[in-house]
Amino acid sequence: MAARTTESVNLYLPIAEMSVNIFLLLGMGAGVGMLSGIFGVGGGFLMTPLLIFLGIPPAVAVGTEANQIIASSVSGVFAHWRRGNVDFKMGSILLVGGIVGSTFGVFLFQYLRSLGHIDLVIMLSYVIFLGVIGSLMLTESIRAMQRRKRPGSLRKLHQHNFLHGLPFKMRFRRSKLYISALLPLMIGFIVGILSAIMGVGGGFVMVPAMIYLLGMPTAVVVGTSLYQIIFVTANATFLQATLNQTVDIVLALLLMIGAVIGAQFGTQVGAKLRGEQLRGLLALIVLSVCAKILYDLVVTPDDIYFLSHGSGGH
Amino acid sequence: MAQRLFTTLIFMTICIAPYLAAGPSRAQSVIADLSEHFVGITADFTGAKILFFGTVTGPGKLVVVISGPAKDITVGHKVQRAGIWINDENVTFKNTPSFYRVLSSEPLDEWLPLDTRETKQIGVEYLKLESTKAIGRAKAADYRAALVRNMQKKKYYGKAEGQLKLLGGGLFRADIFLPSNVPTGDYTIKTYLVSFGRVTHMEVTPLNINKTGIGAEIYRVAHQHGALYGVAAIIIAVLAGLGGNAIFRKS
Repeated sequence: MAARTTESVNLYLPIAEMSVNIFLLLGMGAGVGMLSGIFGVGGGFLMTPLLIFLGIPPAVAVGTEANQIIASSVSGVFAHWRRGNVDFKMGSILLVGGIVGSTFGVFLFQYLRSLGHIDLVIMLSYVIFLGVIGSLMLTESIRAMQRRKRPGSLRKLHQHNFLHGLPFKMRFRRSKLYISALLPLMIGFIVGILSAIMGVGGGFVMVPAMIYLLGMPTAVVVGTSLYQIIFVTANATFLQATLNQTVDIVLALLLMIGAVIGAQFGTQVGAKLRGEQLRGLLALIVLSVCAKILYDLVVTPDDIYFLSHGSGGH
Repeated sequence: MAQRLFTTLIFMTICIAPYLAAGPSRAQSVIADLSEHFVGITADFTGAKILFFGTVTGPGKLVVVISGPAKDITVGHKVQRAGIWINDENVTFKNTPSFYRVLSSEPLDEWLPLDTRETKQIGVEYLKLESTKAIGRAKAADYRAALVRNMQKKKYYGKAEGQLKLLGGGLFRADIFLPSNVPTGDYTIKTYLVSFGRVTHMEVTPLNINKTGIGAEIYRVAHQHGALYGVAAIIIAVLAGLGGNAIFRKS
């Protein structure tokens, strides 16, 4: 790794047990933080694979990333809150589902690990979710852009389907919705499971779910997603720290510093872009990460034997 | 560095003087030591170089084996199924050195008999690696080679013998390089004096490598007080987010 050749800017990470370049991590944090500010995703789906490419043990990458996402989400949510773009009521219901889901997900993770093939499950879930969501968002945003060019056509606020027939209807003023509370609860739960297994905040699943399944306005989606991600990742950080000791506070802090700065710029950039442009851009990023992971699964490895991570650990 | 070496050499001379004077009763002996017996891994640790030195009396050649703390190391294997590479089987080797280096003044192949290398486990090819489950010979050889190859790639195992310099008058010295990812724990450095293919003397020098300073504290808290550590990590993250926000709001 090139990081080891320049001695003065390296830092030894106490939990990851390796030396890394400080500026590389700050830069990665800033880049991913900017995306999180623009799109309201934690950026974990991008950062976790990047950290693993750097040579950080996957378990430490997943645990530390959860910790870092808290910081960038806290930073981002305030920028959105000032603009009145956080639906706290909706966010709290998603959150209840999310906490239950992520706790369930941690145990599911342990069960899958006992069966072996956990790495494959993680990678395949990345490919499937990133692929499906990326393609859906891309086609939708292209269609929206085309629609914008045709004058006079009105877009319906959201489609009505069987989901709107569910009981426990609630009014969400900020989101301009009157829907069943079961719907966000369910979405929160499923995203919670994913976030535990994939080691991400789940924003990249949550954001499209809020737009397409709940029919929330794009402006509110980002802030509300960030709001609930704070708590879901705090839960994940706590569980990872107590169960697996895989949270590297030094690594997280370096990423946070970069991410907090990046998120601020990202929020400003995001405010200047139109909704469908925003979604189209996010879709492209999601799809390229998906393609990279798929490539790694398919291409013949340099050595078909490898040292298992965590073997010889403490 | 030069001054340190000079001091070390004087120290060595003082140490070995009585042995040199002792005469034929100590005809074959080795005295070896390290410039430091403890290597602390601090936040700015990017690897270290330590000096190994000593003196030998009597006939024979020297070979030095450095081994890190023994651990169970698992080697995985991938196969392609439906176009995707998946993990298929893995073999765990018990009590395998996590770090391994051999030092010698001359290439071992030229003078060290195979049976000595085998019994004393001198050279990666001669490490006794025992798998936790029974596997066939051919398969064991494949996994064994894969372990060595991968450990060498990560710089945990040496690729060739390191250079042991003979300085004359029975003095010898070598630099031991520790990479930035060096495993922590207790190391042993065994110096063998071999004459006519037989080990006539062995000297063991201990070495301890461990985290020290704030990194060690963080590691200790993370492993002993996981819940506290988790809460601290969350608080730090929230403060970092708030702090960043406060700074940018003003500007």
